[in-house]
Amino acid sequence: MTEASALGGVLPLVLQGALVLAALLTLAVGYRVITGPTTPDRVVALDVIATNVVAIAALYAMIEGLGLFLDVALVLAIIGFISTITVARYVTEGDIIE
Amino acid sequence: MAGTIATSPPGVLVSLVVVTLVVVGSFFLLVGTVGLLRLPNVYNRLHATSKATTLGASGIALAAWAYFGPGGAGLKALVTVLFLFLTAPTGGHMISRAAQRMGIEFEDGVNWPGRIDEQPEQPADGSENADD
Repeated sequence: MTEASALGGVLPLVLQGALVLAALLTLAVGYRVITGPTTPDRVVALDVIATNVVAIAALYAMIEGLGLFLDVALVLAIIGFISTITVARYVTEGDIIE
Repeated sequence: MAGTIATSPPGVLVSLVVVTLVVVGSFFLLVGTVGLLRLPNVYNRLHATSKATTLGASGIALAAWAYFGPGGAGLKALVTVLFLFLTAPTGGHMISRAAQRMGIEFEDGVNWPGRIDEQPEQPADGSENADD
């Protein structure tokens, strides 16, 4: 618990630190995308990248104070889910819509 | 449009809640990424990411809900949390079933549930072994 005056400067610092951490983690996941031994490894890593980008969009919305970027987060979550389902189906079935 | 106007910085109590949720969410994102990079198998990595990373992103979205208030823009953050909790197990199940159907081996000592010593021929599609 910090004082009331100190917390006003702590909040932007925490938000920007979390943004930098999430960006660095997304870069680190790229290692698994490049050198994943199998194709499902790469699909899992791309799913993690999509989840991290959702977190980055929510953090940027809080930093800027603009609720518009929460729309970006929600749409990116939907696109990440659809891409994961699509790639997982394409890997096994050979096509997406038969 | 209420979503395009920049909101004023929150008060002390809301800031405390936001800081706590952001720190917890960043911790879970870190744990999930370390699990993705260091665990030995596709199924183990999937276990790490589909739980811990989803929890981390949901923690940050809950922080956004606390930041923007219960209605308006904050409601979209709450919908994001609900969507992540609904779709992460579905995506994980699809990827694991695709990996098993591609013939990626389990770790040593791990069997298909319900069978002792035989290799699984077909993945369970709603039959008696559907609990993977």
